[in-house]
Amino acid sequence: MLAENAFLPILLTLASYEVGRAIQRKTGNSLCNPILIGAILTASMLLLLKIPVDAYQSGCAPLQYLLTPATICYALGLYEQLEKLKKQLGAVLAGILCGSIVSLLSIRAMAFMFSLDDVLTISLLPKSITTAIGMVLSSEAGGIAALTTAAIVITGVLGNVFGESLCKLFRIHHPIAQGVAFGTASHAVGTSRAMELSQLTGAVSSLSLTVAGVITAVLFHFLIP
Amino acid sequence: MKYLQQFLRILTISFLGELCHSLISLPIPASIYGMAFLFLALKTGMMKPEQIRQTSQFFVGIMGVLFVCPAVGLLNCWELLQKHGAAILTIVVVSLLLTFAISGRVTQRLLKKEDA
Repeated sequence: MLAENAFLPILLTLASYEVGRAIQRKTGNSLCNPILIGAILTASMLLLLKIPVDAYQSGCAPLQYLLTPATICYALGLYEQLEKLKKQLGAVLAGILCGSIVSLLSIRAMAFMFSLDDVLTISLLPKSITTAIGMVLSSEAGGIAALTTAAIVITGVLGNVFGESLCKLFRIHHPIAQGVAFGTASHAVGTSRAMELSQLTGAVSSLSLTVAGVITAVLFHFLIP
Repeated sequence: MKYLQQFLRILTISFLGELCHSLISLPIPASIYGMAFLFLALKTGMMKPEQIRQTSQFFVGIMGVLFVCPAVGLLNCWELLQKHGAAILTIVVVSLLLTFAISGRVTQRLLKKEDA
């Protein structure tokens, strides 16, 4: 009866996400990521109400339909930040390019070391970039979208929580360089921390997450096993 | 009606992106084509930022909630995680450290050269 209700899947998703956001606002702790909490709450409700995951996911299709238009909207921010960063653009792009290549190569090498199968390797390869692009890359190449999403969210949360310490550890002092590191290594979730450091760091970080996504989308196919 | 008009513009670009994705046999997502189109439209002045701003901000703002449903799909690959959890976590952490260090250091090094 509940499994057939057309509105329940999206209702559960939005409500769980809102609870996650409320918890994050209250605690101010970036470990309380709303995507993470939202997914855990939704999954618990599905198990509790005995609703099959597949039924839930097809019920969410109208929401997923918005992913492509939403991702395209990143281009507006990209356009406006490029105007501001013209002079340092070379250094910024070089950093993002090197970071994206290192990310892909290191994942590929470690997947080989741990002898993970092709499906797992494909699912992990795009884990440093924004979910909007990474998830699509993974599922179109035969990866597991859910695993990719989880790896991406964990990466983002780690970057968000430990990014500042990593800047100290690796002696990255310049706000533009810090922005590149946050955006390239830990996408939008890391960027939300970069925004708190300074406006410049945040702007560079969101530019970096978009460019890293595009670079990874292009290079990804050369590294598929 | 402003929001609807802005949505219409964004949907048109999404349509063109999807069209390219189905016509060109490269494994590039429709959203990347769409981003390129929107960027070019803004760069050439064919479209002004104000013509899509509010709806864009709304979409970028709700992005997070769109990832809850795919993340819930992990319930379907529980066995996989139990088997490979340690390897997956190692890969996630090590590649984060490397990517963070390299991207930040490369940019910082090149910025210093520009200053000199």
